[in-house]
Amino acid sequence: MSIVDLVLDTGFFAAAVRLAIPLLFGTLSELTAERSGVLNLGIEGMMLSGALAGFGTASATGSLWLGVLAAIAIGMTIGAVMAVLVVNLRLDQTVTGRGVSLAATGLVFYSYRLGFGESSTPPSITPFSTIPLPFLSDIPVIGQVFFNQYALTYVAYLLVPALAFFLYRTPAGLSLRTVGENPQAAAAAGIDPIRARILALVVAGGLAGLAGAYLNLAAFGSFTFGIVSGRGWICLALVVLGRWNPIACAAAAVLFGAVDAFQLRLQASGAVDLPYQLFLALPYAATLVAMILNAKRAVGPAALMQPYDAEHR
Amino acid sequence: MRLVARPNRNSPLRDAMMPVAAVAASLLICAVLILLAGANPLTAFGIMAKAAFWGKFAAPLILSGLAALVALRTRFWNIGGEGQIIVGAMAAAWVGALTSLPTPLLIPFMLIGAALAGAALAAVPASLKTRLGVDEVVSTLMLNFIVMYLMQALLSGPWKDPVTGWTNSPSILRAAEFPVFWKGTRLHLGVLVAFLAVGVVGVIMKRTTLGLSMKIVGENPRAARHAGLDVTRVTLAAALLSGALAGLAGAGEIGGIQFQAIASISSGYGYAGIGGALLARLSAAGIIPAALFIAAITTGADEMSRQTGVPFFIADAMQGICLIAVLVAMTLSRYQIRFRTSPERRATP
Repeated sequence: MSIVDLVLDTGFFAAAVRLAIPLLFGTLSELTAERSGVLNLGIEGMMLSGALAGFGTASATGSLWLGVLAAIAIGMTIGAVMAVLVVNLRLDQTVTGRGVSLAATGLVFYSYRLGFGESSTPPSITPFSTIPLPFLSDIPVIGQVFFNQYALTYVAYLLVPALAFFLYRTPAGLSLRTVGENPQAAAAAGIDPIRARILALVVAGGLAGLAGAYLNLAAFGSFTFGIVSGRGWICLALVVLGRWNPIACAAAAVLFGAVDAFQLRLQASGAVDLPYQLFLALPYAATLVAMILNAKRAVGPAALMQPYDAEHR
Repeated sequence: MRLVARPNRNSPLRDAMMPVAAVAASLLICAVLILLAGANPLTAFGIMAKAAFWGKFAAPLILSGLAALVALRTRFWNIGGEGQIIVGAMAAAWVGALTSLPTPLLIPFMLIGAALAGAALAAVPASLKTRLGVDEVVSTLMLNFIVMYLMQALLSGPWKDPVTGWTNSPSILRAAEFPVFWKGTRLHLGVLVAFLAVGVVGVIMKRTTLGLSMKIVGENPRAARHAGLDVTRVTLAAALLSGALAGLAGAGEIGGIQFQAIASISSGYGYAGIGGALLARLSAAGIIPAALFIAAITTGADEMSRQTGVPFFIADAMQGICLIAVLVAMTLSRYQIRFRTSPERRATP
């Protein structure tokens, strides 16, 4: 089988979309935070917490949708904690974000061990099944790729235009973008930058939690320690690639879903005799290369990583 | 209701107590976690303290803490310590196995090679930042994963130990193993290197133009530019120094502990160094107690987990909580925290 054959069927593209969705939720999450001027390095921890909260709730109650809600709730909670730290207390965003991710990772693994114990076969749940959308799924090729997916995937599809509309067509979206560019000017115009950033982080947390929920409630059906494994960090890069625009970010996420699907297929096919770790490195390498190629054009919100102090204008 | 942080009067006592308070607060939180796991927190902390002192983890943590310190001072967000430690370890493992080198040169060359490898890897995100404006937070993170998988690929393929066939590199030569100062301890040459590095970094930061330039660039790049400083060069220098220090941490692990490159050569030392640097309030001398404390958490958690059944993931949680607690404490020592219900007005003097 040649390498070209690997990508020339609908199964490949459907897999690319499946792998892109958690990145898409995560990227929209990061985008929301960064548009308000906050770099959210807590995203990795938020995604992982969402994954465990979703899995724990779903296996305790038997309801996948309650799991989704729990994942969103835990993400929003961590978002609020992050907001108190970096918005109210104006702590350094980079270091705080790492700290939040590290603490969340430790707490998630710790509670998983307490809750589920140590067993050789990880407990699993029956994940969401795919729902073919009437009519749309009958379109040749595209239908099977895009419209025979999980319900959460359709939520992700809707979120992209919704967020774009919010950012570019509503007063609240304009306020958020202004806070990210110049919080002092925003304050002068009567916008409360602190409130805007807190809200942005809480929403970002909810979206990151949703990304985590998708990973085990739709994609895998069980919780493993490597379930997020750096996907949060990839989302940070995808926001840069998508130049802080929801539509372009979605395209970047789908592209990286495809890179991920490609490396999985290449590994499985045995067409190329290379250590599998090189394939695992591929998404990160591709991200870095894309960031370099995109460097000149990618200019982020002007006030990104700058804490806002209401009393120093 | 709203939290407002306001500048506070300087108080050296409060400054000095700050890391202590932060550590106490995080221990308190972790005590609750240990209680939840059904163990006695006091027993658990006791085991951690006993297991940890002079533990083998202190040396790499001192060096990676210094690496983070140099970078953070200059506001070069080097999250890539982990990758730089790995390439340093790879370089040391490679040099240490060279039979073509005269034996007295092995150890110096291992150290130099590791420092160069770490510096070279740090130079990538640094020049991407200064030339193209690529954000170093993301690029250093990506490089960590790339380097980690690359090493694993090498270890499972071309660099596999030909004798055992296991996924680690061939052992370094006997002559390349770092001398141990006290028999039966882990106090090897790498520990000495770490302590020397504390002195060197302390002098650089406090007594040299480079150190002062790094501080100015970190605090206010615009002012630095106005003062005629070459911000690009200072940033590059900080990145190279930071990477070299991280690389040395990798050399210590190879020459003093593992004697061969293994996949888990740096289990989070690079990330832990950031916490160490903050706990030390970015002072070189403070790195030593900070690294010992973090070593206590990590080695101690392993031992504690074995004896009490508390999941050892508590180490990560403790580190993260401690990192945040230190940041909060740093802010509390500089600012007063007020809860306000009314929209804020300008502070009356």
